[in-house]
Amino acid sequence: MALSSQLKNQHLMWRAGFGPNVGQLSVLDGASPDSLYKTLQKASARRPQYIQAADSSLQGLMLGIQDVGRLQKQEMSPEQRKEIRQKSREGIKSLNLYWLQEMVNTDAQLREKMAFFWHGHFACRNLNVFYQQQLLDVIRQNALGNFGNLLHEVSKTGAMLNFLNNNQNKKDHPNENFAREVMELFTMGRANYSEHDVKEAARAFTGWGANARGEFVLRAFQHDDAGKTVLGKTGNFDGDEVLDILLDQKQTAKFISQKIYRFFVNDNVDHQKVEWLADRFYKSSYDIGKLMEDIFTSDWFYDEKNIGSRIKSPIELLVGMQRMLPMKLQNEEALLLLERVLGQVLFYPPNVAGWPGGKNWIDSSTLMMRMRIPQLINDTDDFNIKPKSDDDQMMGRNEDEVKIKGGGLRMANAARVINAQVDWSEYLDYYNKVAREQLVNDMAGVLLQTKKTVGADVIGKYADTTSKETFIKTATIQIMSTPEYQLC
Amino acid sequence: MLIKRKEFLQLGSLATASFMVPKFLKAFERVDLVPPGNKVMVILQLSGGNDGLNTVIPIHNDIYYRERPRLGVDKAKALALTDEVGLHPALISLKELYDDGSLGILNSVGYPNPDRSHFRSMDIWQTGSASSEYITTGWVGRYLDAQCHGCDKPTYALEIDDLLSLALKGENSKAIAMKDPKRLFGTSNEKFFKDVMSNHKDGDEQTVDYLYKTMSETLSSANYIFEQSRAHPSSADYPKTELGNGLKTIASLIFSDINTKVYYISLGSFDTHVNQENQQQRLFTELSDAVKAFTADLKNNNRFNDVLMFTFSEFGRRVSQNASGGTDHGTANNMFLIGGALKQKGIINPMPDLNDLDEGDLKYKIDFKAVYATVLKNWLDSDDSAILGKKYDHLSFC
Repeated sequence: MALSSQLKNQHLMWRAGFGPNVGQLSVLDGASPDSLYKTLQKASARRPQYIQAADSSLQGLMLGIQDVGRLQKQEMSPEQRKEIRQKSREGIKSLNLYWLQEMVNTDAQLREKMAFFWHGHFACRNLNVFYQQQLLDVIRQNALGNFGNLLHEVSKTGAMLNFLNNNQNKKDHPNENFAREVMELFTMGRANYSEHDVKEAARAFTGWGANARGEFVLRAFQHDDAGKTVLGKTGNFDGDEVLDILLDQKQTAKFISQKIYRFFVNDNVDHQKVEWLADRFYKSSYDIGKLMEDIFTSDWFYDEKNIGSRIKSPIELLVGMQRMLPMKLQNEEALLLLERVLGQVLFYPPNVAGWPGGKNWIDSSTLMMRMRIPQLINDTDDFNIKPKSDDDQMMGRNEDEVKIKGGGLRMANAARVINAQVDWSEYLDYYNKVAREQLVNDMAGVLLQTKKTVGADVIGKYADTTSKETFIKTATIQIMSTPEYQLC
Repeated sequence: MLIKRKEFLQLGSLATASFMVPKFLKAFERVDLVPPGNKVMVILQLSGGNDGLNTVIPIHNDIYYRERPRLGVDKAKALALTDEVGLHPALISLKELYDDGSLGILNSVGYPNPDRSHFRSMDIWQTGSASSEYITTGWVGRYLDAQCHGCDKPTYALEIDDLLSLALKGENSKAIAMKDPKRLFGTSNEKFFKDVMSNHKDGDEQTVDYLYKTMSETLSSANYIFEQSRAHPSSADYPKTELGNGLKTIASLIFSDINTKVYYISLGSFDTHVNQENQQQRLFTELSDAVKAFTADLKNNNRFNDVLMFTFSEFGRRVSQNASGGTDHGTANNMFLIGGALKQKGIINPMPDLNDLDEGDLKYKIDFKAVYATVLKNWLDSDDSAILGKKYDHLSFC
């Protein structure tokens, strides 16, 4: 059966972006997927703006202390440390919200979606907001560029070097963590190299570090410049040369192509397709933009089995909802609370392996929570769920205490009411033209990507029929409260 | 077997409800109601990295007092277990359990190459992984996978919380999280969900069917747990704290017919970088009071021998105090074992050697996965090496 171009366009918007937005409603069944993809490419080719979320006073404080420290050989006082940590955590929260906004509003959907993928690939927990800002910028600038450049640049960020303990990787005391994760998670994948390769590669990265500004520094006196043998090649390699050796391995192209296939196409890998993609990716010297074009302009991307088969990640769910129903949140921190409850907080991946995704998003609590969110947005329902504590973020204070002190994380109670003001005007304008008996099917056709959906009668039964307008609103909310809406 | 146990239970609770039965007899009545033998495990997670050295205190150790001039617990205030060892003054009920032979203490539990990030170290404890590997399933979750193949009700393990911890997520089976059986999820839309569900027929879209399966299991489990929690609710007094309420819920379920084998509950935050004394005192008071009520309740209902409770934390803290009246992230830590059927009691292995530290941190002597292996095999009668992916030497406490 031929699939409608509307369904294909929606499929493309969900995979190459965060779902269709309300402004696209009238054109979804017009344009061809190819021309839509060209539009996305064009919008995503612009250079992204640096997201500056950290408080400028914090910047002064940190850099000032560093400079003073260097001159007077002074350490920070515990109070200064505490203040910096707290402001830095606040900064990371703003960074999170800024980026979410960008995902919702930008036309450069492809770039931000790609950056979101790399955010999970180069997963990094670091409580320094400047480091995080910088890493995010590296990822956004290179999202559709060259994977080799991206790898080299990420490997030289303060965020990653610190997170993977490379500041402790010294000639006499090598620390293998960085080298190991670069090989296992960033390039080749497990079982494609030996323990000896890791040890030797680690020696090449000795002396790599970053200063407080997040700038890369090579501490020559800590660097081991003797000969090393990595993956069969011998030389007095430095870190950059080892990264190039890893890029020379075709396995790296395979590993990345497969991960991208699973993220953008289907969790169940079609090895033939991945092989084809990897081949071309390798030949193009790791041109990410070309790889994505290969995927999104292929016929098989639009195969029925690839449509509506992916469980949206919490970020995709939250952003996608806001793209269709633009909303103003009185309390933006509610979004952070939802991220925590659903299990995906930007800048806080579970570990360097990133979010496992797929069925891992779903358990009894998160599924029921996901299906309640549309209701919470619609009215000012009380949000009575307490997220798990994360002591890396909270530093031992529980939320109630924080609330009393009036600083830091105030999510516990203040954000329980989501208080969203949805701007329904454009959505209503569009659907007001549709005949009433057609409404549920039409709306479900846009909101859901699965073949089978909840029957119009069930949706209709729970919708508010007072007026056409209330019907459209409540039916939309009900459609979004189904298992099918969790998929894209 | 003449009467089904469930009917018997209902009969029993009817009788209890009668005004004719004097209150002091009610406890007796229950004695024979629930057949013993359904062994359950209760895991109490102390989140944030509890300071083990101020929990089980080496009251005769000069190094301890030298490294902790401000935070060291005065020997006279500690609840002495032996000449050498005392408990934190707030852990009154644990001292009673110790005297009673129902408390075991494992010292220096940890793992090689310890990680000092809360999240990562908790990950390692909850998944049962080495610090160099990343596993996406929890150790209790994998127990469910092994035990519960084809189970219709995923209530083999329950977490008393709004959200489910990684520890209880398996590859194919996941436990249920609920804070209050009356409110497993927001009920505002329950009718709609049920209608949506009855409208669905499995087809060829696997992920859709997976979501529907999870939804249906959740709704039926909610019902099941709620019914069971009412079958034989605990009538004992518990402290009105979150842990107190949680343990009361667990007790009520233990007294019922439910198939649950593992209960999971957390207390925190023990991340005491500053002002440790007050924070630990407050949390230990909550812990001690709740455990006192819980263990008394179990004893009165003749179930204490069927319950094994243990505590853990993602790491201990450094031996030296810091400059802010607190302690920073450390490594190995102690675990409490509580139950009426412990095979080893008291202080099971030596206290940590403060003369033999690793850059100011305790060295681990027992891999926590050996503790898991022990309870999986000896208490839950399951294939520990399949669940943990490796064979560990069993300990002898159960």
